[in-house]
Amino acid sequence: MTMISQDTAKKLLTKVLAFSKADECAVGLEGKTAGNIRYARNTVSTAGEESDVELFVQSTFGKRTGVATINEFDDVSLEKVVRRSEELAKLAPENEEYMPLFGKQSYLESKTHSPNTAKVTPADRAAAAEASIVPSKKNKLVASGFLEDEETFTAIMNSKGLFAYNTSTNVDFSVTIRTEDGKGSGWVTRNYTDVSQLDTAKASQIAIQKAMGSVDGKELEPGKYTVILEPAASVTLLENMARNFDQRSADEGRSFLSKKVKDGEEGPTNKLGEKMFDERVNIYSDPQDPTAPTAPFSWDGYPRKRTDWVKNGVITNMFNSPYWAKKTKTEYIPRGGNLIMTGGSESLEDMIKNTRRGILVTRLWYIRSLDPQTLLYTGLTRDGTFYIEDGKIKYPIKNFRFNESPIIMLNNIEALGKPQRIDGNMIPPMKIRDFTFSSLSDAV
Amino acid sequence: MQRRDFIKLGGVGVGSLMLPISGIAVSAEQLLDKPMDVAYKKKLADIALNAAKAKGATYADARIGRYLNQFVTTRETRVDNIVNTESAGIGVRVIANGTWGFASTSNMTPDSVAKTAEKAVEVAMANSKFQTSPVKLAPVKGTGEVSWNTPIKKNAMQVPIKDKVDLLLSANSAAMENGANYITSILFVVNEQKYFASTEGSYIDQDVHRLWAPFYATAIGENGFKQRQGLGNPVGMGFEYLDGLEEDKIRIQGANVGYKNSYDIVEDAAAAGKQLKAKLAAKSVEPGKYDLVLDPAHLMLTIHESVGHPLELDRVLGYEANYAGTSFATLDKWRSGKFQYGSDMVNLFADKTQPYSLGNVGYDDEGVKTKEWDLIKDGILVNYQATRDQVHMIDQNESHGCSYSQSWRDVQFQRMPNVSLRPNKKDISAEDVIKDVEKGIYIAGRGSFSIDQQRYNFQFGGQLFYEIKDGKIVDQIEDVAYQSNTQEFWNNCVQTAGKSDYRLGGSFFDGKGQPSQVSAVSHGCSTTRFNNINVINTARNV
Repeated sequence: MTMISQDTAKKLLTKVLAFSKADECAVGLEGKTAGNIRYARNTVSTAGEESDVELFVQSTFGKRTGVATINEFDDVSLEKVVRRSEELAKLAPENEEYMPLFGKQSYLESKTHSPNTAKVTPADRAAAAEASIVPSKKNKLVASGFLEDEETFTAIMNSKGLFAYNTSTNVDFSVTIRTEDGKGSGWVTRNYTDVSQLDTAKASQIAIQKAMGSVDGKELEPGKYTVILEPAASVTLLENMARNFDQRSADEGRSFLSKKVKDGEEGPTNKLGEKMFDERVNIYSDPQDPTAPTAPFSWDGYPRKRTDWVKNGVITNMFNSPYWAKKTKTEYIPRGGNLIMTGGSESLEDMIKNTRRGILVTRLWYIRSLDPQTLLYTGLTRDGTFYIEDGKIKYPIKNFRFNESPIIMLNNIEALGKPQRIDGNMIPPMKIRDFTFSSLSDAV
Repeated sequence: MQRRDFIKLGGVGVGSLMLPISGIAVSAEQLLDKPMDVAYKKKLADIALNAAKAKGATYADARIGRYLNQFVTTRETRVDNIVNTESAGIGVRVIANGTWGFASTSNMTPDSVAKTAEKAVEVAMANSKFQTSPVKLAPVKGTGEVSWNTPIKKNAMQVPIKDKVDLLLSANSAAMENGANYITSILFVVNEQKYFASTEGSYIDQDVHRLWAPFYATAIGENGFKQRQGLGNPVGMGFEYLDGLEEDKIRIQGANVGYKNSYDIVEDAAAAGKQLKAKLAAKSVEPGKYDLVLDPAHLMLTIHESVGHPLELDRVLGYEANYAGTSFATLDKWRSGKFQYGSDMVNLFADKTQPYSLGNVGYDDEGVKTKEWDLIKDGILVNYQATRDQVHMIDQNESHGCSYSQSWRDVQFQRMPNVSLRPNKKDISAEDVIKDVEKGIYIAGRGSFSIDQQRYNFQFGGQLFYEIKDGKIVDQIEDVAYQSNTQEFWNNCVQTAGKSDYRLGGSFFDGKGQPSQVSAVSHGCSTTRFNNINVINTARNV
């Protein structure tokens, strides 16, 4: 039992709920069928398939809640897991922040499933790996890559009448291609809902070019440079910033979105409505994005809809919890399942052409927070860093460590290109001035 | 939607942890009463091994695992979550046509186990088309039927939930009474019940326990906020680690308390509250070159990143190139026998045998008896960390015992053993190390850490920073991070304290591989001095 249809899930969850003696009960099913292939040194290293379904039961008596899960589905097991969650609930202390479950909800149509991705076989994966390895070998390069495809479903039901069901597919591919002497390295990643969009041979050509083009990078002095960040280079910084759009942390004074209220004075405790970025910055979440869709409901069964986080550079919404929304008399806004940043129509190539002097950054690596107050992060460039002069890639350069904040970055925008799907998000390539590189790295 | 979305863990800093939350959540106490009978595990394992051989496998191993976890999460005065999980199943790994194959199942009927073993052989056969160099295993003598268990005094799974909640909430109150405005504290309890069998005649039953109780406290001031994490360590121990014995405390005058094999979380939380107030008022560091004195709860992470990872043989060989990266510590450097990784006082060793450490087991996940060996001797690179199928590539014929899998579900591969800095033969104290420093910074606790994909350039922060002037700790300072290059840094190591100061720190969720797996690993060291290191100021105006 791996993928379960909506009807079967409904019947099964109804049966589980019937065992409940709690004041409130929420139940859920989550299933996954996934396959992967991994290669290194131009040969397959590991490959596998995985499938599993879990049943989740949350029981509440008053304000005491317990959680239990199981992956057996006979009647005895179903009742057993309900009783276990009830036992745990009775052991738990009262949680004054417990909020009642939601009643019946309606959802937007889901766009997250592709039948093509559900049909991938081990032979398909092997062929996809081969299409990446063969051209690498031909160019006397060394390929190491990973391909993973998955089909998942989620079903949620509760004692207040809520029922939600969604199926989803995803395929991730990435490859690092290096020269035999280790002096050059290139990388590429692709992520789709529908596997038929994936062309590992074509994608690998980018990594091959970058590997061959990055040999013997020149040393540039650390300092502030105009950079073109490919979507893979900026996505983690933007995701980290989006994770900090929590209204509660802002209201509590421990976020970059906190606003200091003077003692004895009243006023907003967060920066909602303030312009913090260049007016070209627009970031939102949308379950129905045509290229990077996400499930139309949150983990608690609450409907997701398009939510603007930043509009024309202004902080437009923050996510919260039902408890915090009630306490602060605001609307409950769940986290978004994706991050969509609008851009322009220029391709990456156009952006390079329109750059007099700058640095092209393929990706940033090992990104860690230095100061949550200023969202200052550190990390390093990796797998393809090039100097641009007069609209052309002039030569490869050695990798840099950066110390920079996305707040500063989104105020120093020179140009935004055409957004691309990356890790389930849509992010444009960005040309940013005065990006801070703090030291050189010998790593290739 | 990810599985972890179901089991939400709120709170500061927690979101960045990789929580292996999966499996069957039940009362862990109940499960302990009826572990699977060893004779039955042997029978199931034999079914898997025989089925694999019958399909043409030249080698097979089976791991039957039951993994119990308990997580208790609290915030200020209330409990956010109590979760018990259990996951049980079997993973079968084979060699057929000279190629690895793997398959796993949670369905442990004899028929399903046999089919899973056959599937592993099918995978191996399919992948063998790509194989250019057949797998070569270092010899291991079958152990027969043996067992091993973590030497715990109090099984944390059996400690009542109330006691755990009370301890965490006491720590929260202590922090808040002393200056913190917010605090999240968590208890992680892990019990791996692992059975390993191989076609070479090994039947190994192990009961492994680990525990970690971190906290994340925040104080809000006039001009912003500061954070301080707990200074306790994740350990391979039972609940006795939280006894907070006086004899396990090392008090550094004017700075922090270091904890050896016992942790006083309430005392540490109270100290965190006070130190947070000091952080809010502390002056910002003047960037420049300093002599650094690093406490073990900090240096453990620098060892992990700049010595542990670069000496993983699979990284050196390129198997991790597409994810974590490769390594600057290449085979030619090792073969030269002259590569000066550190100063001649730097001795770093690997082991999976230190008591109380996270890596401590009797046998690794491919049935190799664990041991201790040198990685860096008198500053020279002398060895790596390897598994059975790797050691022949470094001209050795005995595995180091570094194979590990996070669960029955995932294939085992090379993971970092404990990697530790040998203490000074002369048993000097941390304060003896500090007293000779004219202009320096003492750093305690692990903070921000980042290192490049070949492990040259790194930058580390910490939890607590103190200025050292003329051999004495003076003011608490802020916004400190140091940047260095691995080889340069370890060659600037000039002094380390003795065995009385030696403490184990650790990483509970170290990620590696694709699909990513977590493992837990400890790093022992004493308070150590590094001269002339570049310190930057991390404060920024936005």
